[in-house]
Amino acid sequence: MNGWAHHLIIAPILVPMIAAAVLLFFDERKRVTKAMISLASTIILCMIAIILFRIESGPNDFEGVYLLGNWAAPFGIVLVLDGLSALMLLLAALLAIATLVFSLARWHGVGAHFHSMFQLLLMGLNGAFLTGDLFNLFVFFEVMLAASYGLLLHGSGPLRVKASMHYIAVNLVAALFFLIGVSLIYGTAGTLNMADLAARIPQIEPDRRMLMEAGAGVLGVAFLIKAGMWPLCFWLPTAYSAASAPVAGIFAILSKLGIYVILRLTMLLFGEGPSAGFGATVLLWGGTATLIFGTIGVLASQALGRMAGYSVLVSSGTMLMVLGINDGAISSGALLYLVSSTFTISAFFMLIELVERGQDAGANVLTVTMEAYGDGDEDRLEEGEGVTMPGTMAILGTCFAVCGILLAGLPPLSGFIAKFAMLSAMMGTGAIGVPPTPAVWLLCVLVILSGVAALIAMTRVGIRTFWSSLENVVPRVLVIELVPVMFLLSLTLALSVQAGPAMQYMDTTIRTLANPAVYIDAVRNAATVEGWKERTAPGTEGP
Amino acid sequence: MELVLSIAIGVMTGCGVWLILRPRTYQVIVGLALLSYAVNLFIFGVGGVKSNLPPILEDGVVSSTLSDPVPQALVLTAIVIGFATTALFLVVLLASRGLTGNDHVDGRNERK
Repeated sequence: MNGWAHHLIIAPILVPMIAAAVLLFFDERKRVTKAMISLASTIILCMIAIILFRIESGPNDFEGVYLLGNWAAPFGIVLVLDGLSALMLLLAALLAIATLVFSLARWHGVGAHFHSMFQLLLMGLNGAFLTGDLFNLFVFFEVMLAASYGLLLHGSGPLRVKASMHYIAVNLVAALFFLIGVSLIYGTAGTLNMADLAARIPQIEPDRRMLMEAGAGVLGVAFLIKAGMWPLCFWLPTAYSAASAPVAGIFAILSKLGIYVILRLTMLLFGEGPSAGFGATVLLWGGTATLIFGTIGVLASQALGRMAGYSVLVSSGTMLMVLGINDGAISSGALLYLVSSTFTISAFFMLIELVERGQDAGANVLTVTMEAYGDGDEDRLEEGEGVTMPGTMAILGTCFAVCGILLAGLPPLSGFIAKFAMLSAMMGTGAIGVPPTPAVWLLCVLVILSGVAALIAMTRVGIRTFWSSLENVVPRVLVIELVPVMFLLSLTLALSVQAGPAMQYMDTTIRTLANPAVYIDAVRNAATVEGWKERTAPGTEGP
Repeated sequence: MELVLSIAIGVMTGCGVWLILRPRTYQVIVGLALLSYAVNLFIFGVGGVKSNLPPILEDGVVSSTLSDPVPQALVLTAIVIGFATTALFLVVLLASRGLTGNDHVDGRNERK
C-alpha cells in the first residue's frame, strides 16, 4: 500500500465533508442538483470503500496508518485502516447508497438540508471508524451525532420532535460521559493515541490503574448508550421508529458504531496484561439483559417500526454478549452476524414505510374521521414522481418474507449462516474444545429463542398485513423505493453465496485484532513522509 | 486551589444531575449546561492545577514547571462542541414548546 492508494485512507472523511459544504451553496429549490451532488459523493465514497476493502482483504503487511500533518504517531493524530475499519467503511457506504436512493423518491424534499446532514453523518461515521486517537473519536462522534439530531428531526411533526428531544438529551449526557472518560484516561496514562495507550497500559502503577479503569468504564458507558445496552436503551425504539424511513435505514449502523468502538477498544486495550478482560462481565450480563429485553420487545410490539427498533436491540445484545465471552471463533461468526443484521434491519426499516403506506390507505374509516376533525396525517407527502413498481404487493410480500427469514435466522440466507457460524463455534469441535461454559450455553439458548421470537412476530404481522387486509388497496410504490430494499436484501444473498470467503475475512480480522502488538507496532513505526525541502535541497537548512 | 476547584466541580455536577432529572425542558437544559461546565473544569484539572506557567517547552526548562497544553486544547474543543449541541437542543426545545403548547419533557400537560 503506497503512493496514491495511501492517501485514499483520508478520502472517506474528505469526500462527504466537501460534498456537505458544497451542498450548502445551493438553494433548497434546486433539489435535483443537490440530489445529484449527494449521490455522486456517496457513489465515490462507495468506490473508495471497495478499493480500501480490496486492499485490506488482499495479502498485506498492515501499513494502513495515515499520519495527519506528517507528525509522528504519539504526537500527531493518526488514521488507521485495518480489516475491521475497512469492513465497517464498506458497510456504511453500501447502506448510505441504498438509503440515499430511497430518500430521493420523496423524503429528501420534506425538510431543509437533508443532503448536507446526510453527508456529515457519513463523514462522522467514517472518521470514527478510521481514527486511531480517542479525542478525535470524540470529535467524529459529535459530528455524527449532530448530523443525526438534524436527520431525526427531518420531516418534523410532534412525534419526531418529542423523540428527538429525548434522543438529544440522552446523547448530550453520553457525550459528557465520553469527555470524563477520555480525560481520566489522559490524566492517568498521559496519552490519547490508542496504540500508544495500549502499549502504556501494562506499565501503569496499581494505584493509578484503578483510576484508569474507572475512566475506561465511564468511556464505555458512552458507547453502550449508543449501542443500546439495557438499561441504557429505552430511547432507542422510540427514536428509530419516529425517524423517517431512509433516516432509520442509515441509523441502523449507528448502534453498530457503538459496538465497533467497544470491540476495538476491548481487544486493543484489555486484551492482555494486568487489566485483561476488564469489563467483560458487564458486557456479558448487560448483553444478556439487552437480548432478553429486545426479544420481549419484538414479541410485544404493535407497530412495525417499534418491532424493527427492538430488532436493533436484539442484534446489539447478541454482539455485546459475544464481546463479553470474547472467544475468537464466536467473534468472527458474530462479525458476519453484525454485517448481515445491519443490512437486514436497514432494509426492514425502509420496507416498513412502504408496507404501512398501504395500510394507511386501507384504514379508510380512520383517515376519514381524522380529516373530518381537521387532524390530518402529519406525514402527508406529495406523491413522488417516477415509475410505479409493477406487481407491488407480490414484491413487497417477498421482501417482507426475506426480512423475516433473515431476522429469524432461517436457512438459506446469511442470517442463518452467521448464527450457524456462532453456534457451531460454541457447540462444535471448534476453538473452545472444552465443554461450553454456562455463559456460552446462555448465549446459545438466547440466540435461538430470539430467532423464534422474530419468526413469530414477523409471521403474525405478515398475515395481518398481506393476507387479511380488508380492502385490496395497493400502495403506490416507486421503483427507486423498492430497488434499494431489494439491493440490501440481495447483498445478504451475496453474503450467503460467498459465505466461505466472507467467513475467512472475518476470521483474519478477529485474529489480527486479538494480537494488539500488530496494531501498536504499525502505528509506532509509521514513517513520516520526507518533506519537500529535504528532498529537493539535501543538506541545506530551511530559512 | 485544588480543593476549591474540586468543590466547584462537585457542586456543579450535583446541581446539574438534579436539574436534568426535572420534568421541565428549561430545567433540563440548564442542568446540561451546568454539567458541561463541570466536565470542562474537570478536563482542565486532569493536567494538574498550575497557575502562571507557560505551556511551552524550551531548552533548560524542567517539565514539572510547565502546564500541560493537551487538556487545554481538549477543553477548547469540548467547549465549542458543547456550545453547539446545547444551542441545537434549545431549538428543539422551542419547537417542542410550539408543537405541544407546554414545556414538559414528554410534551404532556400534567395536572396537579
